[in-house]
Amino acid sequence: MTPGSRRRLVLAGGAIVVLCGFGFLLYGGIGENLVYFLTPSELLARGERAYDTPVRLGGQVLPGSVRWDAEALDLRFRLTDGTQTLVVRSTGAPPQMFREGIGVVVEGRYREGGVFESTNLMVKHSNEYRPPAPGERPQDLYRTLLGEERS
Amino acid sequence: MPGSFVPAVVSRRRYQILGIIALAALVGAELLGLSASPPDRDMGHLQKIMYVHVPAAWSAFLAFFVVFIGSVLYLWKREERYDLLAAAAAEVALVLTALTLALGSIWGRPTWGVWWTWDPRLTTTAILLVMTVGYLALRSFVDEPDRRARWSAAVGILASLNVLVVYKSVQWWRTLHQVQSSPSTVDPAYALGLRLNALAFLLVLVYFILLRYRAARLERLVEAQAEARELAQGEELHV
Repeated sequence: MTPGSRRRLVLAGGAIVVLCGFGFLLYGGIGENLVYFLTPSELLARGERAYDTPVRLGGQVLPGSVRWDAEALDLRFRLTDGTQTLVVRSTGAPPQMFREGIGVVVEGRYREGGVFESTNLMVKHSNEYRPPAPGERPQDLYRTLLGEERS
Repeated sequence: MPGSFVPAVVSRRRYQILGIIALAALVGAELLGLSASPPDRDMGHLQKIMYVHVPAAWSAFLAFFVVFIGSVLYLWKREERYDLLAAAAAEVALVLTALTLALGSIWGRPTWGVWWTWDPRLTTTAILLVMTVGYLALRSFVDEPDRRARWSAAVGILASLNVLVVYKSVQWWRTLHQVQSSPSTVDPAYALGLRLNALAFLLVLVYFILLRYRAARLERLVEAQAEARELAQGEELHV
């Protein structure tokens, strides 16, 4: 075996190992262990085990469900994945993009009273970038959210 | 022969012209992006961060592509210039990856509500950054040029393949980071600024890689001269 052909063999071997690694990443079990957030359905499917454990929950803010108390900085809304819906309670002002219908990920614990107590509210933006429609001002929706409770 | 690769090291003046063009393109594209696009429906003028964060990420990916090509060509041809090209590209890739993370963090705080979260996109990007630091650390630890080139080619290939995982992470796993935008999800009002800024970043990328490649060639030249001197002194002693 010449040094050249041996080198090529080592190179080919290395390439196969790397490709197998990628195949495993793609189709192997690692995807199931890398769950950044649960959906309301998945959390509820845990039954008793769902309560009081720190977890991330993701979904959409159900339109018409947002209750914001500007004095107490207390925010309540329903989080839905289209099948199941959970009540989320969060304290502190939400990020400025927060509005009805937008995607959010909340960190906190699900309590036995049936309320998810969030300690961290994150807004998940879509991949769409559009100027406001004629007559609409940017971030108007957030302002109406604040205005509603004050008036 | 150390003298033989002096002509291959291009004069500094040509690089400077490219650098001035790249800087002017960057300033022009940023100004256009900042002044000529309307606020976004959801995030208002925070959308403008797109013009730096996204081109930084794209050009970081391109820099890693150069690392990959340089590393594979070195293992195949065993010519020093490919190793030096991969090293130069890795330095630029490190800066651009760090810039992408920093700008993304600045964008994330007002829009998502957090500077950082361990979602798969952010985590895999952080791994990519650490691997690139490892690549450059490895280069400075190994003194023998051939061995340094071989080892860093292997690490360079692994690190740059990681870019595929970073790119696909938003599709493979659940993330806070949104999936890739496309011309159908980005209004033309923003697409022009984004494309021009991407072009400007591309020029900066080429300029930086050429500059660092030239520096790497000069470093090797000095190293080779020092080796030759030591060798000559050794022979004199033996005579």
